[in-house]
Amino acid sequence: MDRLPLISTSPQIHAPGSTRKVMLWVLAALTPAGIWSVVLFGLHAAIVIAASVAASVLTEGLLNLAFKRNNTLDDLSAVVTGVLIGFNMPPEIPVFIPVVAAVFAISVVKWSFGGLGANWMNPALAGRVFVFFSWGTDMTSWTLPGIGGVDAVSGPTPLGSLKVAMSSLSPGIDGPMRLLESAGIPTTYTDMFLGKMAGSLGEMSALLLLIGALVLIIIKVVDWEIPLTYLGSFALFMWAFDGLQYGGGLFSGDVLFHLFAGGLMLGALFMATDMVTSPLTRKGRIVFGIGCGFLTFVIRRYGNLPEGVSLAIIFMNILVPLINRFTKTKRYGVSS
Amino acid sequence: MKKFRSFARGGIHPPGNKGYTSDKPIRNAPLPATAVVPFSQHIGAPSKPLVAPGDHVEEAQMIGEPAGFISASVHSPIPGVVKEITSIYLPSGMKTEAAVIELDGEFSRLGKTHEDRDWVSMENTEILEILKNHGVVGQGGATFPSHVKFSVPKGRTCEVFLVNAAECEPYLSADHRVMLENTEDIIEGIRIIRKLLSPKRVIIGIEANKPDAIEVLKAAGEPEGIEIMPLKVKYPQGAEKNLIEATIGREVPSGKLPIEVGVINANVGTLVSVCEALRDDKPVIERVVTISGGAIAHPANIRVRVGSSIRDLIEECGGLTEEPAKFISGGPMMGFTFSNLDSPVIKGTSGILALTDKEVKHFAPTACLSCGRCIESCPMGLSPTTIFKNIEHERLDEATAYGLDDCVLCGSCAYACPAHIPLVSAFKAARGRKRRLSVRNKG
Repeated sequence: MDRLPLISTSPQIHAPGSTRKVMLWVLAALTPAGIWSVVLFGLHAAIVIAASVAASVLTEGLLNLAFKRNNTLDDLSAVVTGVLIGFNMPPEIPVFIPVVAAVFAISVVKWSFGGLGANWMNPALAGRVFVFFSWGTDMTSWTLPGIGGVDAVSGPTPLGSLKVAMSSLSPGIDGPMRLLESAGIPTTYTDMFLGKMAGSLGEMSALLLLIGALVLIIIKVVDWEIPLTYLGSFALFMWAFDGLQYGGGLFSGDVLFHLFAGGLMLGALFMATDMVTSPLTRKGRIVFGIGCGFLTFVIRRYGNLPEGVSLAIIFMNILVPLINRFTKTKRYGVSS
Repeated sequence: MKKFRSFARGGIHPPGNKGYTSDKPIRNAPLPATAVVPFSQHIGAPSKPLVAPGDHVEEAQMIGEPAGFISASVHSPIPGVVKEITSIYLPSGMKTEAAVIELDGEFSRLGKTHEDRDWVSMENTEILEILKNHGVVGQGGATFPSHVKFSVPKGRTCEVFLVNAAECEPYLSADHRVMLENTEDIIEGIRIIRKLLSPKRVIIGIEANKPDAIEVLKAAGEPEGIEIMPLKVKYPQGAEKNLIEATIGREVPSGKLPIEVGVINANVGTLVSVCEALRDDKPVIERVVTISGGAIAHPANIRVRVGSSIRDLIEECGGLTEEPAKFISGGPMMGFTFSNLDSPVIKGTSGILALTDKEVKHFAPTACLSCGRCIESCPMGLSPTTIFKNIEHERLDEATAYGLDDCVLCGSCAYACPAHIPLVSAFKAARGRKRRLSVRNKG
């Protein structure tokens, strides 16, 4: 015999999946939204995403090298973190900011806790929040996308405008769409759904993000519980309570506007679903999703910040061990 | 589509790959010129050798007697001369004494079939004694001595006798063929056990991927009041506790035996051995083995004498078509890899597989993603990742609290894990460590 047969403990066969394949699928699902951002904002979008990917990969590689750890770059998780950081940046961001975010995300949030699987907070989100509070002006300078030869011009995001306009709410305005119109920045649901609005690079098109996520759910890389309960509970709370501030009654909130505005889709479909920082069981993921939806609603509706997705997910990340403790599976032959 | 019964939690769907052999009738392997017969082919104390080098033995002569309460007898599969008593390693990694017997003399039993011994008028104790003296052990894989298993403990009654015909391991089809070709022996075996245990119900649990076997068992069994229950094709449908859950909806309490919920069960192969021991006065000296896998030239189901070398069996199936990645004794989910092809077939050998790289998909492990696939696949409702992490941090008590000892080692979690973490390996090692610690603490 040319080689000795393998000696291993059972099981002797294995399902086709691997960590690398999981990450590859996630990257594939993010690709359309990435291409769309380049179409909308030009080459600078590509540079931002490429820089944060390069910074993530280099940071992890160098740390592994410096501390003589095994090479972990092959699992591609650093690439996913890099892409997500890039996706969370405003279009005109100076390139050093996503690089700082990536270095912070990989070195502090991911690597120092033990690398992939050991971090308790989504690294990409932590990186985003870190630079958000460090370079607030750069992180909130938005650009309206330019398509078909039209140059991109600076302009606020729908949610940002909303918070500003809300302070001078005049009677007769029955919802966010009318409010934006009166503030001189009208938009349509279709434009928001397709991504023709100001926003972070990757959050532009709800449509493309939904398609990518749907593929991941169908091939069972991502479970449906978190996206559905996150979006569902958020929509429910918005529908029930958001109308009140426009003088409407309960159950008169503009659900479509809030679903398509801001980073909700990107967060609910690709950040909250991060396996490492979400609960272990389906039951737990439902609790987690509802929590994310509720907190996003609370921050957006009552908070100072226009957004809320990042902070909501990070807060729920912290609760994951607790959720795991209370959502264990029912064991065979053990009465509870 | 008809909805079949199944166990509630977890389970996986590995490729069945039974098509290699499921339609191949059982054929007899050539008799071995040399038989290596281990004295430990069962769970419990190894049997005590009754022969010494130089002794002449008859075919089916007892060469090892039970040495303890949980122990079984061992018989010579061929007539011949004992060349030596030597130490060998079985594919499971267990070390045992074995008699090396070289063929010599006449086969006294070969070709003889039904003797139709009258067992109906025997006392139960007499029947159990025969099972003991004929070396009958469970042939589903655990090889628990049958005379112990079929003695109902005092104060207990056997309500349901459950026949395990699930054969949920991929590739294996030996039980399937036995059901088709030895149907009457199985039914006779059930009659014998019925007399022993007087259960209220007899149920045969069988995966729905064997419709032909379901049909013949129904035809033969239903007139005798035997219930045939087709079950969903889902691994590990044939795991004892899950089969009980699937068929009668009861859960065996953690740490207890099936008799706790009034169940005693047996594999179909065991029933054939019971029948042969009682009716034909024939000890367990042969069994049906599935030889299969992508690297085997002509996969087959073969009736083979215990003690035959695995190398000869593979030769009998046309040899290897390529270098296999793994040789496996048993099924791919719970079987053992081995490298020594001179290892013998024993009473518990249900299959010999030679799998290619493409079939085993072997990867180096990466970090746990906490994706929960292991929890989702666990038929016992455990959290394998939590148990694993506790073991890694040397917290054996925590791991035990999370159900380390309830794990049935079915391998569903490790099969499904995208990070290829060797979960079962860690659980087996941790249990071993616990045993050693408890022995040391007592001493």
